[in-house]
Order: sequence, then C-alpha cells, then structure tokens
Amino acid sequence: MASWRPDPTFYPSPSLAAEEPQERYAYVATYWRGEGEPQKDALAVVSVDPAADDYGQVVGWTEMPNHGDELHHHGWNACSSALCPGNPHPHVERRYLILMGLRSSRIHFVDVRQDPRNPTIDKIIEPEEYKAKSGYSRPHTAHCGPEGIYITNLGTAEGDEGPGGIALLDHDTLEVKGTWEKDRGPQYLAYDFWWHINHDRMITSEWGTPRQVEEGLLPEELLAGRYGNKLHVFDMVRRTHLQALELGPQYQMALELRPAHDPQHQYGFIGVVISLEDLSGSIWCWHRDGDDGDFAITKVYDIPAEPVADEDVDKLPEMLRPFKAVPPLITDIGLSVDDRFLYVSCFGTGQSIQLDVSDPLNPTKVGEIRLGGIMSRASHPAAPDLPLSGAPQMVEVSRDGRRVYWTNSLYGAWDDQFYPDGVGAWMAKADIDPETGAMSLDERFFPHGDDFRGNRVHQAHLEGGDASSDSYCFS
Amino acid sequence: MLLAHLEHGAAGSGGGADVAALLAAAGLGLFHGINPAMGWLFALSFGLQERSRAAIGRSLAWIVLGHEISVLPSALIITAFAGQVSRGVAMAVVAGALLAFGSWLLLRPRHFRWVGMRLKPWQLAWWSFLMSTATGAGLMLAPVLLHTSGGASHHATAGLAEGFGAATVVALVHAAGMAFASGVVALVVHQVFGLRILRTHWINLDRVWALAFLVAAGGVALAWWQG
Repeated sequence: MASWRPDPTFYPSPSLAAEEPQERYAYVATYWRGEGEPQKDALAVVSVDPAADDYGQVVGWTEMPNHGDELHHHGWNACSSALCPGNPHPHVERRYLILMGLRSSRIHFVDVRQDPRNPTIDKIIEPEEYKAKSGYSRPHTAHCGPEGIYITNLGTAEGDEGPGGIALLDHDTLEVKGTWEKDRGPQYLAYDFWWHINHDRMITSEWGTPRQVEEGLLPEELLAGRYGNKLHVFDMVRRTHLQALELGPQYQMALELRPAHDPQHQYGFIGVVISLEDLSGSIWCWHRDGDDGDFAITKVYDIPAEPVADEDVDKLPEMLRPFKAVPPLITDIGLSVDDRFLYVSCFGTGQSIQLDVSDPLNPTKVGEIRLGGIMSRASHPAAPDLPLSGAPQMVEVSRDGRRVYWTNSLYGAWDDQFYPDGVGAWMAKADIDPETGAMSLDERFFPHGDDFRGNRVHQAHLEGGDASSDSYCFS
Repeated sequence: MLLAHLEHGAAGSGGGADVAALLAAAGLGLFHGINPAMGWLFALSFGLQERSRAAIGRSLAWIVLGHEISVLPSALIITAFAGQVSRGVAMAVVAGALLAFGSWLLLRPRHFRWVGMRLKPWQLAWWSFLMSTATGAGLMLAPVLLHTSGGASHHATAGLAEGFGAATVVALVHAAGMAFASGVVALVVHQVFGLRILRTHWINLDRVWALAFLVAAGGVALAWWQG
C-alpha cells in the first residue's frame, strides 16, 4: 500500500544521501556449501551500530526454505530512483530485499522493514515460473529503476548456456513482467548492469554462461579467452543494444560496474579479473564523448600479480602452480557516493586497494589493507593469531563514505578452487578518514567463523541504502 | 474578447464561465501545478542538469502545452455531450464517470509509467499529455463545464458554440493556473528550499487527486438530486 510521504530512505541527490543517519544493520547474504549446520542459505542481520551492545554480532538470521539456492547478490525493491521525475513513484517503500538463488533461479522477497532485526520472507517466485516468464535463469544482480525491478541473469531459461540478460519485475506486485531486452545485438554473456539514469543509457558486463561458472573456473576456456571481455551500452527506453566496448581478448571476466553517482556524469568503472598476458587485474573507465556521443573505454589502473618463490609453489592451489604467481583477481569494486574513492577487492592477493578517482582517467592509490589472500593469509587485528582464508571480496561503502565493509566469499565452486582448504566466513570493516581517505580496520568489528553458523558470506547491503544500491536523478 | 464572452456567458440562462467556474478551473490548475509528478520536477531536473533557470521555464512551457492538449479536447467533448442530452442525464453520467475514474485511480496499484529522461521538447509535451490524460485532468473539469454549459437548454447551434467558447476559456484558465503554480514551485525549490523538500513535503498528491474525484462525484450527484 502506498504511503502518504516519500520513503525517508529515498534521497534526491548523492550529497543528501550522505547526510542522513548512518546504517544500524548490514544485511548479509550467506549460503551453505556442505560444511556444518544449518544447511540452508540465510540472510544474516549484522549489527553495525557502534553504540549498540551487540555491535559486530549477527543479531538476526532468516533461513531460506529450500536447499541449494546459493544466495549471491541481493537488491532492493525500491530506492532513490523512485524520486526521478520521468517516472516518479516516491510513495512505494524500500521494504524488500530481493534475494536471488544464483544456482537455483529462485527469487525470495524478504521484508526487512516490518522488523529490521527479524526479516521475514513475504514471497517466493519458484524457478519454473521465473524461467518461464523471464526467459532467463541464474539471476545475479538486482537494481530498482524506472520501470520496476531489473535483474540480470547468466543464462537462458533452458539449459546451461546463453544468452543471458535482464528480466523485469513489477515493484508493486513483485511479479515477473518478462524479458527486458527488445534487441540485444551481439550481447551473449551477462553479468552485471547499471545505468546513467538521467541519460537513458544502461551499461552491462560479461562473466560466463552457467556451464562456464557453475562447476568452477574452466582453465581451458580461460586460456582460450572465452569468458566475457566486453561492455555493452543499451538504450534504456527502447531497450536496444547500441554499442559494444571491447577490452581485448586477453582481458577475461569484465565484472562489476560502478557508474558515477552524480547523474550529470557519464563515466564509470569496471573491474576486470585477469589478464592472460601477465595475470594482472585491471580497472577500466568508460566515458562518453560529450552528452550524446559514443562511449569509449580506457584502462586506468593495473594491479600486478605477486610472484611466488620456487619453494612455496606447492602452497599454491593446483591451477596456479604453473604460473608461480598469485593473481590479484579483482572480483569486486565499490565507488563512494561522492564519486571520490574506488575500493578494489583482490580475491587472490587479499588486498583491498583504495584509489582516489576524482580524476577518473588518472586514479591514484591512497590506501591498502590486506586480509587473507591465497599466499599471505593475513590476519585481522581483532584476531592476530588467526590466519584468514578468502579475501576482501564483495565491498560495500556506506552512504557517507566513512565506513567500508567486506565479505570474504566469491562463489562456492570458485572459492574451492582458490582456497581448497576452505574459505571460511568472515566480515570486516574499515573506518575512512573523510579528508585523506586513510583506511583503518575496526578492531571491534570482526564477525567470523561460527558467527555465521557454517555458512559462507557473500554480499552485504546496508540499511537505508549504500553505495551500490541507489541511483540518483539530481546532483 | 474573453471578457465580452464571459459577460455574455454570465448573462446566459444560468450557464457561462462565471467567476465561480473560473476560480474552480484555476484551482484545479493550481493543484496540478504543485504536484511534482505532473511536471515541475521534470523542469527542475533539466534546470539542475543544465545549470540554467531558463531551462526550467523552457521545459515548463512544453509541459503546460501537453497538459492543455489533453484538457482542451476533453473540455470540448464534455461540452458537446452536455449539449446533446438533458442536464439530468449529463449530470448523472458525469457523476458516474468521476466516481468510477476516482475509484480506479485510488485502487490501482500501478503508477503511470514513462521510462525516458532525455526528452526532446515535443516528447516532454507528449509525456505531459499522457500524464494529464492518465490522471483524468480533463474529466475533472466536467463539473465546471456542466455549470457553464447549462445542459440541454442550449440546443441551438449558437448555444453549442457559446458552450465551446466557455469550455475553451475554462481550459485556458486551468492551464494558466497550472503554469503559474508549477513555475512558482519549481523556482522556489530551485532558489530557496532545495531538493531536500522532496523528501519531507512530497505528500501523496495522487491519492488526494483520486479522492477529489470522489468528492466531485458526490457534489455533482448532490446537485442532480436537488434538481
């Protein structure tokens, strides 16, 4: 039912989003992969209010009813884009987290508004219905936008291949409306998507088909350059493909897209997992020639692989031994709401690198922390004797840019390849100096291990929205 | 000329665009004007995007034009209809239409959908036309037009022409009210209050509007009942 006043968590502009009260809870998608109870995926509610007695603890736990969903990303049913003048509907509520089973293709709508510490599942779309109505399977990322809820998918409805693409859901009825694309052009692989909402342009990226990802990274396909290496530009209104931006065949897996939050700007960043030439990871910036010109893409930052001494090669997972190096493996990036800092997660080396991207084509490194990592196994200051597996992976930045959160798991089958002795489960947080950007790990915040009941932790979203969930129409 | 027409209308047999009718038409225009969803927010966003107050005024002109293109034909059709049937039938039909449309607006879970943000001027007018039509802006003028037309007492062609004239005046006054309100609100938000006001003062005017239909239906029904 529509409300009388706009949802207080809809923010007209990035700067107004930063002014509002900070989050009290982080909602963390966790999934089970064969270790211990409870054997079901769950949404964990973590207290992130430093003044609360239970700060840093899991204070709520909502289990999904089925096995094997593999919860991955999640998104909101409504957000700041509801204030956009082209399609204003500010009297809906930011109420449901859309939790998607990347393996099962099951969609859960979890109500976190009624009782923020005890979310309830209000609606489930079963895989058969989702596939039949959307034309897709393996839902990945959800964003709230002008026409409703958009969900990108790795695969087509039948089988394990492409083309992947975007499904559209109604944000009032929570029903599947159908396939979003009217003309996908040459786009076949799918992964992430976001947009320049004031300019009617959507950007999409590429990972691989379900066959290429569900059993783990396929080395022969990687070496043959068959994972995604392009971005696609779509007309958001006509739903048609406009442009493909090629990175080059050596750049494999063009994943997370982070467009500038200021709606006047038409640039953004993408993290590319690996280069076949030297195992480096890279950050690229797409940018538009004027207000209405073509888009172009430029590599703006390289993170090199770290060599491993001969005597330590045996400690590498089997797949990496021939290379005698640890690739950074950029699996996620996060852009602060003021478009100033980009946080780059390196799932291989365990780094989180902070770049000042005020000049988007010339980023400069201003900070770094290290946790876990394939070789380094760097520990957290809260538990200095505990070597960590996994790495800063999904990164979430608070609206005010003062807090950054990381979770440590990538995707079941891939975790197992890079951390064969177990990836564990942990979540970490750093405080950010708003002037210099300096990162410092919070020693009071380190939920880990049994706190997550044997589940792995993949992605967090923050109460009231965060740096990866809202689109703003005003600057 | 308008004034002459007004005087002529006011002197007619209980019809014509009298002061009450014009105030009602202007009031409905003001209501549309203050509603962010009817256009001023769009104009404001263009103003912010282009960093230009002129862009606000320029886009508002197209928005008001689109609104008028929706309202004026509706007003003429309603007037033509009222001229063909008895006053009692016209009032019953209008009351029923207002009731049905208001209930539909109130109960439907969906919003008017439009996906574009980069609009050419004519597209902006088209958006405004669709928005106005979808929210029944022209239909809401029906009670005012019934008041001005005097129903079947104007069976003569001259009477219908007079009714069209009055309807045109009503529609133009309505658009003027809308233009005034949306222009003032957009500029005041731009210059004084800032965007913050959207979060606190954007009450659900769509629901108010839906309720207004039901109130108007009640009013027409009451007038019909009282003969």
